[in-house]
Amino acid sequence: MKVGYYPGCSLTGTGKEYDMSLRKVVSVLETELQEIKDWNCCGATSAHATSHLLAVALPARNLLLAKKQNLNEIVAPCAACYNRMVVSAHELETHPELEKQVTELLGESAKSNAEVINIIDFFRKIGKEKITANVKKEMKGIKAACYYGCLLVRPFDITQFDDAEQPTSMEEIIKATGAETVDWNFKTECCGGAHSIAHMEIVVDLSKKIIDNAKLHGADVIVVACPMCHSNLDMRQRAIKKEFPQHEEMPILYLSEFLGLAFGLKAKDLGLNLHMIDTKSLLEKAVAKG
Amino acid sequence: MKIGVFICYCGENIGRTVDCAAVAKAAGEFPGVVCAVDYKYMCSDPGQNLIKNAIKEHKLDAVVVGSCSPHMHEKTFRKACSDSGLNPFLCDIANLREHCSWVHEDIPTATAKAIDLIRISVERVKRNVPLAPIMVPVTKKALVIGGGISGIQASLDIANAGFDVVLVEKQPSIGGHMSQLSETFPTLDCSQCILTPRMVEVYQHPKIKLMTYSEVENVEGFIGNFKVTIRKKARKIDETKCTGCGLCMQKCPIKKKAFNEFEESLAYRPAIYVPFPQAVPNIPVIDTSVCTYYQTGKCQMCVKVCGREAIKFDQEDSLVTEDVGAIIVATGYKLYTIDKKPDNSAIKGYGEYGYGKYKDVVDGLQFERIASASGPTSGEILRPSDNTVPKKIVFIQCVGSRDESKGFSYCSKICCMYTAKHAMLYKHKVHDGEAYVFYMDIRAGGKGYDEFVRRAIEEDHVKYIRGRVSRIYQENGKYIVKGEDTLAGMPITIDADMVVLATAMIAQPDSAKLAQKIGISYDKYGFYNEVHPKLRPVEVSTAGVFLAGACQAPKDIPESVAMASAAASKSLVLFGSDYLEREPTVAKVNDSTCAGCFYCQKVCAYNAIERKEIKDRQGNIVKIIAYVNSGLCQGCGTCNAVCPSKSVELIGFNDEQIYAQINALG
Repeated sequence: MKVGYYPGCSLTGTGKEYDMSLRKVVSVLETELQEIKDWNCCGATSAHATSHLLAVALPARNLLLAKKQNLNEIVAPCAACYNRMVVSAHELETHPELEKQVTELLGESAKSNAEVINIIDFFRKIGKEKITANVKKEMKGIKAACYYGCLLVRPFDITQFDDAEQPTSMEEIIKATGAETVDWNFKTECCGGAHSIAHMEIVVDLSKKIIDNAKLHGADVIVVACPMCHSNLDMRQRAIKKEFPQHEEMPILYLSEFLGLAFGLKAKDLGLNLHMIDTKSLLEKAVAKG
Repeated sequence: MKIGVFICYCGENIGRTVDCAAVAKAAGEFPGVVCAVDYKYMCSDPGQNLIKNAIKEHKLDAVVVGSCSPHMHEKTFRKACSDSGLNPFLCDIANLREHCSWVHEDIPTATAKAIDLIRISVERVKRNVPLAPIMVPVTKKALVIGGGISGIQASLDIANAGFDVVLVEKQPSIGGHMSQLSETFPTLDCSQCILTPRMVEVYQHPKIKLMTYSEVENVEGFIGNFKVTIRKKARKIDETKCTGCGLCMQKCPIKKKAFNEFEESLAYRPAIYVPFPQAVPNIPVIDTSVCTYYQTGKCQMCVKVCGREAIKFDQEDSLVTEDVGAIIVATGYKLYTIDKKPDNSAIKGYGEYGYGKYKDVVDGLQFERIASASGPTSGEILRPSDNTVPKKIVFIQCVGSRDESKGFSYCSKICCMYTAKHAMLYKHKVHDGEAYVFYMDIRAGGKGYDEFVRRAIEEDHVKYIRGRVSRIYQENGKYIVKGEDTLAGMPITIDADMVVLATAMIAQPDSAKLAQKIGISYDKYGFYNEVHPKLRPVEVSTAGVFLAGACQAPKDIPESVAMASAAASKSLVLFGSDYLEREPTVAKVNDSTCAGCFYCQKVCAYNAIERKEIKDRQGNIVKIIAYVNSGLCQGCGTCNAVCPSKSVELIGFNDEQIYAQINALG
């Protein structure tokens, strides 16, 4: 299987381990990622905060490139990139005037039938059976809290995610590895997002609440599907600890890292050494299958 | 043939643009016209006398009146004709006002057109035949569907006027949702205390035939003459033998298998049960889906203890037919549920409130049971999960209503009031408790209603917060309610012990099915449509069918009762005469040319086309043809237009008449 791949900026920078682990895991699952050549920034928060046209046109250019490179399916692992791409495709489809403006900017129409998928749908499409078949480590004792954040699930009319308030699709993938999932309250709660830069105290407060709730429900690890969530939950734990010295560290793993771990891939290849919070506790729990 | 033509000036309405004298003069020249006169106000008494005298003087065979629209005065002029012994259907109206003077300015043009209109009317009336109104007998008995407060009120009103009523209720007891309520706003009188005497009155009334645990299976016929088939579901009890002693219910070994519907699943009931102790009739039913005998063939405990031998395991459903003249639909409502539903459901549920997984997040009716003296907690406010007194309680209004994304954009109307009542009842019972209400707007229109809400706020110190709740989750035994106080402009978090959702009233899930059986139109939510929202609020498009209560839209008890009495009085108007007079201008099928294609049946909006068998002398069926039920036919003419063999005639508007009118213009 060959799938178009849009890494976006995070997966080449702060979320490098997301890219590393995804590529490794995908090769185990006999799938090939074909990166969109000459891709550009998705616009993220900055674009749609300043210009609607720009916010639609930037992802549209990537969609156009994908179309030209004959990619019918594009996986965007970053939740923000995914959100911008599906919203852009939706806008082009439903607003002919805007589509005309974007076409003028790009030189040709970016409208295409290509499907933009997020990381959870990507693994769902590969199938739980295939994931289970490749599990090499005993994950049974591990309790994972699946954290979706906001950008995957909303706006619901466009993303059509399984449920905007009580999603369960990531749990299904985690359970396919043999690990357990916890029923907790903050699956879609806000992590603070981009406030991490200008108002770190907001992120410290929100991230602490999320981690505490996962802990309260017995989680050993929080599994995420968004580099922004990861940086807030992982990186800001030091700031949390500064303010709340009794704070106990909680490892934060990308979904691809978690699968890689279950597949018996090396921690270093998955980029687990690049985390701010030590993942050793988790590595110790996952032992090779007898 | 002698025809009289009468031209009205309608004051200046026609006279201003039409030269009425010239029209009368021209009409006098038409073949067959023996007298043509004009007058200022033809509808006035002297004007009518002009017509009456002319009929006698000239021995007229037909009359044409050139005046306003037939909608306005056709009846007046036809009456004048029949007063002078002329068949009213030999009087034709040419509309010189709406169709001529009001829409033209140029006098000569308008006058010429008026002359044409009279000419075609004269040609038409020459071909009119005397007609007699169709007399339809009226069965003076009403069917009331639904035994809640609306159905009870309507039944009692009709029965007390001396007419028979058949009251059909699908549950084992009448009483409806009102019997579940604790106390009622705005007076806080006990619901059961005011309702149960009426339930008993229904049961004992000699004019009311009560059929509980029964459903309407089929409705045929038309106003005054409905034939209704009712399915009497098998109670598995011989109603004539049962005394309602209740021993069978006590001894039934099924204790925790079936949720008690009356207690809104806050308690269990046995397999053989009456919904509640004050049930009418006080005769149990057996729930065969949980009864041990029906599952395994063993047990029969109820049979052993019943001294009256009233248990009948082999009892089957039976069908009963009733002839009635009027139908009152009072099927009530259901409550929205926050549970997760299939994707195609209109109910979207509330994931943010846990999709119904939290035991202490209850809906409006559940709280009614908790607050009720006859409820599972005997009226003590206890939370369902652990039977402790909630010290902090949150009420959330507009759950499921006023939100398109939750499937329902209408206001459920009663929730502001019932939430204020709930909060008040709570404060009256838990004096040191804290009660919060999240609201969008307070809609307390009604006598004594706003005062009631103010009382909750000012006297009982219920804390009203304007804003929505975004999430409820459980943490350390508390329900964390996160919302927004839009007046303070701040997020707010309350760690509550219990949450009560003011879930919206929605239509009964099978409302569309019943509507199709009877011929009632309904809105996209499944509520039944009245003919006119202001002037005909209890009638539906099918004549002889009336609406009462919340099946039409969310409404409270006073409104439901008022509507029920209105529906009853509409039925009584119908029962006031032995026959209904109907216009004879209906469709008629020519038996000899009809080929029985039944295309007419497909297009008829009133279900007036039936099948008729044509038999030879030996009784063998020769062919099956269409037949128009003149009781149902509204004379719209659609069947006439589509009939490929021209076998349908619209009486009073037949082809000969129409062609004569067209030819008159040529």
